[in-house]
Amino acid sequence: MKHYEVEILDAKTKDKLCFLDKVEPNATIGEIKSMFHKSHPQWYAARQSIRLDPKYAGPLLLYLMFYFRVPFIYAPKYDFTTSKHWVVHLACMCHSFHYLKRLLETLFVHRFSHGTMPLRNIFKNCTYYWGFAAWMAYYINHPLYTPPTIYGEQQVRMALIIFLFCQIGNFSIHIALRNLRPPGSKTRKIPYPTKNPFTWIFLLVSCPNYTYELGSWFGFTLMTQCLPVAFFTAVGFIQMTVWAKGKHRSYLKEFRDYPPLRSPILPFVL
Amino acid sequence: MSAPAMGTTKTAHSDVAAKKKRGPGALATAYLVIYNVVMTAGWLVIAVGLVRAYLVRGSYHGLYFSIEKPLKFFQTGALLEILHCAVGIVPSSVVLTGFQVLSRVFLTWAVTHSVREVQSEDSVLLFVSAWTITEIIRYSFYTFSLLNHLPYLIKWARYTFFLVLYPMGVTGELLTIYAALPYVQKTGLYSVTLPNKYNFSFDYYTFLILTMVSYIPLFPQLYFHMMRQRKKVLAHVEEYKTE
Repeated sequence: MKHYEVEILDAKTKDKLCFLDKVEPNATIGEIKSMFHKSHPQWYAARQSIRLDPKYAGPLLLYLMFYFRVPFIYAPKYDFTTSKHWVVHLACMCHSFHYLKRLLETLFVHRFSHGTMPLRNIFKNCTYYWGFAAWMAYYINHPLYTPPTIYGEQQVRMALIIFLFCQIGNFSIHIALRNLRPPGSKTRKIPYPTKNPFTWIFLLVSCPNYTYELGSWFGFTLMTQCLPVAFFTAVGFIQMTVWAKGKHRSYLKEFRDYPPLRSPILPFVL
Repeated sequence: MSAPAMGTTKTAHSDVAAKKKRGPGALATAYLVIYNVVMTAGWLVIAVGLVRAYLVRGSYHGLYFSIEKPLKFFQTGALLEILHCAVGIVPSSVVLTGFQVLSRVFLTWAVTHSVREVQSEDSVLLFVSAWTITEIIRYSFYTFSLLNHLPYLIKWARYTFFLVLYPMGVTGELLTIYAALPYVQKTGLYSVTLPNKYNFSFDYYTFLILTMVSYIPLFPQLYFHMMRQRKKVLAHVEEYKTE
C-alpha cells in the first residue's frame, strides 16, 4: 500500500518540527495529531490546529485570478481589464469574504474540525472546491457576462441581504457550537439557542450551520444569476442534507430528550 | 464504456461459487426473468433484422435504418437496469451500471439519432453488431442464471466473446463520434454560447472530443477487468460444469 510522508512545520517559523513517515492514506488528522503528540507530549491533540489552507485558499485565489482577468483565461484584449457591471465587483467581494471567513474559522473557531477526515478525502475535497470555484468565476467575470435581468437591481439587493444574513448566521452557529464544548474535553451536548438571535433557528433545525450555508449560496446564485452557481448550490445542498440527516439521526440516538420539533436542515421540511 | 456492456460488476447474477446474498424475492425473480427474456428476444429481433436487411439489399451499407426503432426501444429500455440496482433486486453497483447504460443511450440518441449524417456510416454497423451479439448473450446468461440452469456454453460465450466484441464496439463508437464532429461544429448542435441571461455556455463539439479522449483511460481498465473475471469464472469450470 502506498504510504504518505507528513512533514509538520512550525506555523510561525516554518521550522521542521516533526517528520512522520509511513502515514496511511486513510489516516485521519486525529491520528496524525496523536502521532505528533508522541514526539511532542505537551501538544495534546486539541491544541494542534493543522493548517488546511489549500482547501479554502484555493477558491479564494482562483476567483481573484478570474476577477482580475489574468492572461490566458479570456481573449487577450481583455487581459487585466475589469468588468463594467457593479454586481460583478459585489460578487467578488462576497465570494472572497466567504472564503476568508472560512479560513479564519478553521484557524480560530473550529474545534476538532477535520479530525475525522481521511487524507485521501482532502485531495478529493480540494478538487471539488477548486473546480467549482474556477467554473463559477469563469462565467461571472466573463467579458460577456449578463447581470441579473429578471428583477435587476432589486434582485441583487435582496440577494445581498440574504447572503449577509446567512454569513452572520453561519458564523453565529460556529461560535455557539464551539462554546458547547470546553477545550480538550470530549463531552457531547445538545446545542440550544443562545442570546444571539441568529441561533434561535436551533429551535427548528439540528444543523443550522448547513441551513445558513445553503442560504448564503442561494443568495449568491440570485445575485449572479449564473447557472454554474446554481449547480454548485444544488450539489452542496444535496451533500449537506445527507450530512445533516446523519447528524440528526445520531443526535436522536444519543439523547433521549432531543427536541422533537427539530428537522435536520430545513425547518419542517427536510 | 458502451461496447459490450458485459457487466463490469463483480457479482452481476453470480453463478460463481456459493455466495451468501439476500437476493431478490420470488416476485422480483419472476419479474427479472421476464425482463431478461424480453430483452433477449428484443436483441434477437435486431439481429434477425440486420441479417434480413443484408440479404434483401445485398450490401452492408445503411443497415441501421432497418433496425433503428427496435434498437432505440431496447437499448433505452436498459435504463430499467439502473432501477433494478437502486431498488436492490440486482446486486450490482448503481454507479457502474448507470455509467454503462447511460453511455450506450448517449451513443444511440445523442450521437447516432441526433446527427443524421452519420447514420449511413459503416461504423454504426460495427458497434450495433457488437452490441447485438453481446446483449443476446448477456441477457440469456442472466435468464438462465436466475433459473439456476446456466449452460456452460452461455457462460463461456459471455466471458470470451468480449475479447473481440469489446474492441470492435469501441472502434465503431469512436469512429461514429469522430464522423459526427464536423456536423456538430457546423450546426452548433446542443451548444449554448455567451452572452445569455443564465451566464452559461456549453460546446458539444468539445464535449464529444473529451468523450473520445475518455476512452483512453477507461477502455483498458474495463477490458482488463473482464479478462480477470474471465480467468476467475472459467477457472472453476474444470472442477464443476453446470449443465
